[in-house]
Amino acid sequence: MSTFVIAYYALLIGGSCLAAYFKKRELFLLIFSLTLVSFVMGIIGGVGALRFVTIAAGILALAAGTSYAFREFLIIIAPEGVAKELRTAPLTAAFGMFVIFTYAIAGIFAPVIAPFGEAEVISSAFAPADENMLLGADQLGRDMFSRIIYGARNSVGLALIATTLAFVMGAFAGLLAATKGGWFDQFMGRFADVIMSVPSLIFALLMLSIFGTNLAVIVVVVAVIYSPRVFRLTRAVAGNVVVMDYIEAAKLRGEGTWYLIRKEILPNSTAPLIAEFGLEFCFVFLLIAGLSFLGLGIQPPTADWGSMVRENATLISFGELTPLIPAAAIALLTVAVNFVVDWMLFRSSGLKEV
Amino acid sequence: MVPKKDVLLEIKDLRIEGYSDEKWVEIVHGVDLTLHKGEVLGLIGESGAGKSTIGLASMGFARDGCRISGGSIEFDGMELTTTPESALRALRGSRIAYVAQSAAASFNPSHKIIDQHTEAPIQYRIQKRVEAQEDAMQLYERLRLPNPDEIGFRYPHQVSGGQLQRAMTAMAMACRPDLIIFDEPTTALDVTTQIEVLAAIRDIVDQFNTAAIYITHDLAVVAQMADTIKVLLKGEEVEEAPTAQMLDSPKEDYTKSLWAVRSFKRPQKQRPTGADAIPIISVQGIDAAYGKTKVLDDVSFDIYPGMTVAVVGESGSGKSTTARCITGLLPPTKGQILFNGEALPPRYQDRSKEQLRQAQMIYQMADTALNPKIRICDIIGRPAQFYSGLHGTALKSRVDELLDLIELDPAKFYNRYPPELSGGQKQRVGIARALAADPKFIICDEVTSALDQLVAEGILKLLDRLQQEFNLAYMFITHDLATVRSIADEVVVMQRGKVVEQGPKDEMFTPPHHPYTDLLLSSVPEMDPNWLTTLLDERGTDAIGEAANV
Repeated sequence: MSTFVIAYYALLIGGSCLAAYFKKRELFLLIFSLTLVSFVMGIIGGVGALRFVTIAAGILALAAGTSYAFREFLIIIAPEGVAKELRTAPLTAAFGMFVIFTYAIAGIFAPVIAPFGEAEVISSAFAPADENMLLGADQLGRDMFSRIIYGARNSVGLALIATTLAFVMGAFAGLLAATKGGWFDQFMGRFADVIMSVPSLIFALLMLSIFGTNLAVIVVVVAVIYSPRVFRLTRAVAGNVVVMDYIEAAKLRGEGTWYLIRKEILPNSTAPLIAEFGLEFCFVFLLIAGLSFLGLGIQPPTADWGSMVRENATLISFGELTPLIPAAAIALLTVAVNFVVDWMLFRSSGLKEV
Repeated sequence: MVPKKDVLLEIKDLRIEGYSDEKWVEIVHGVDLTLHKGEVLGLIGESGAGKSTIGLASMGFARDGCRISGGSIEFDGMELTTTPESALRALRGSRIAYVAQSAAASFNPSHKIIDQHTEAPIQYRIQKRVEAQEDAMQLYERLRLPNPDEIGFRYPHQVSGGQLQRAMTAMAMACRPDLIIFDEPTTALDVTTQIEVLAAIRDIVDQFNTAAIYITHDLAVVAQMADTIKVLLKGEEVEEAPTAQMLDSPKEDYTKSLWAVRSFKRPQKQRPTGADAIPIISVQGIDAAYGKTKVLDDVSFDIYPGMTVAVVGESGSGKSTTARCITGLLPPTKGQILFNGEALPPRYQDRSKEQLRQAQMIYQMADTALNPKIRICDIIGRPAQFYSGLHGTALKSRVDELLDLIELDPAKFYNRYPPELSGGQKQRVGIARALAADPKFIICDEVTSALDQLVAEGILKLLDRLQQEFNLAYMFITHDLATVRSIADEVVVMQRGKVVEQGPKDEMFTPPHHPYTDLLLSSVPEMDPNWLTTLLDERGTDAIGEAANV
């Protein structure tokens, strides 16, 4: 029995007793079930397993603490109206915002942060990590850490532009369809159906092999693929707004379609659209990463997380974790964005937790 | 005339809190209430008075976001505030039943009516399914529903609103409860249908000697139903007295003001005569249809400048459709509409800006008529900017002037958003938006029906004042004949898409009437507590059944 094990159980049991004493039912159940699980894990996995649990709990606590601090920080620096909204944000959303903030900093200041250039060969292929290279080198001897920093700029930037374009096209078409109605609505609807009926990856591959793989083409192709979803959502949301009496009043005033869309309908449909933006951003991001992995997305030597996974994939057979780092970067951002989106959906629709 | 029997429900110093703006706020401040077996208590007050909250609390229930924070609720010797939820649930439905305002929203649309009716008796093992169904049919018959053997096997959307409300009352009776809470059961119904439901409720409560709490904002209705009336204001009791005494000699000022609401009346104006008098709006023989369903049949009437023409009728009679034809939202299939003697293009898209400006509209639901995301100053300012091209300070002073006109303080309301306003204030903003266009003619579509009586009276007075100031012509769509009495100069009665009678108001309110006008007029509840009884005797039950089942 090491002191670590004794301290470990003492802490858990003491915690559950305190929780029980203060009638914190949920906290008690959590800590006490963890204690019971730890007994089993301690017997099977020994001290190592317990250390793992401790470290995992520590990381979780650290993340929660960071999120909490970050939220308080935002509340203080934000103007009054925004601060009120931020107070309703759960810790998960704060965590998401913190991750997005970190990525944004990494992307914007990439040349300052990255110790080496994006395409700079500085050591031998697959060199292990040392004090120069935080995460080691890739298959050509380029610094992995620098490439991940630059990748934030390339992958995220591209996904952002593509999503924005998809939104502008889809939302505009959706608003117009909802306002005009009739044959225009039908035409746009069926046209969107046609685009959606083609599997997105196949469609993207086809378009990219026809038009070549430069950045502008990728952006347009991805935007076209994702705009029908935005179109459908916008049309549905706006459809609920156009039947309101205030739209009728504006129509009877003789207002034009553009005024109706901009002043009357759009302000009443922004909340779900913003939430959808976050959601679509994840899909677009994953699609671009997928395209890069297949070699049709961002072209080397530009750093991009999707292609980095592919280039270093051979290392997986040797039990190395390096190729999973860019993959983890993708996963973390996706999860973070979804956390924020969940919160926004909750706010905009009054979505109740089950 | 309260019979001295055992006390069934006794509420003492009831306090209820609601959660808003991240803190608990008390919304019911210590209300006492005693209900004897077989007694009917009327709870009246404006919206926000806590009527429904107290009604639900007498079942030991608090809505989401509300909690019972103090006092005691004793039902038949049982303290409901300390009773566990499971025991309360057994009580609800079997011994206490609830009839909601909108039966259409309260029935599950995907189950047959009788299945929903028999659910409670079967669940509480009071009756077997077959017995429960037979009992349901008997209740349907007692409530004078047509085809009582068959109607239960329909789905809720297959019966009319009045029938559904009666079916709901029958459902509440299913377990023969000791207490039924009626929460505005007739508010959503037409006057002619309302009578039938009122009569049915009163009969069944009498027959089974059930105690009831009747919640409403309509005094005349509560006068028919209740033995005792309790007046509430902002979660506090104003006064309580037996019905007759309450109606004859209310003590408190607030109660007196409620009683006096219907007294607003202005003198009737005469149509201008002479060769140069042309109507501002002349509807000439219009037909209209939604798809293949004809909804208007040869509708004609004139509205002269500075006059108020009330268009009355039940829902579905074509009042609002006529308004849609005038505004050009629904082009008529036949006939034409003249504005100042000139024919208006049937579609609003084809009308000139000037033509659109002259005719404005005020809507029934101020909630949906004002864009919640636009500030008040922009809502009112937009028509002024759009039609007269005002900008900057000129626009601002115009908006200030309009806000002054509708008696809202510009300094306070200029930058607000509609959701921050009360119902009456919203309706005033709706009026200001119509005025901003500087029109000659305004269509008022049920503008007061969603408002409390005191607030509604304020709106009517405002409309009247504006009419005199700007010589406006109103087309006043309403189903409330009390409103017609107070504000109209001429009346047009519509039924099933046709104009059945029209003329100056005084003539319309003095016999002889067209039979339909007569039915409509006599169906308006009066403050006399014996009104319903007298009316039912006069009409005979057959006539009532017929009227309600059309």
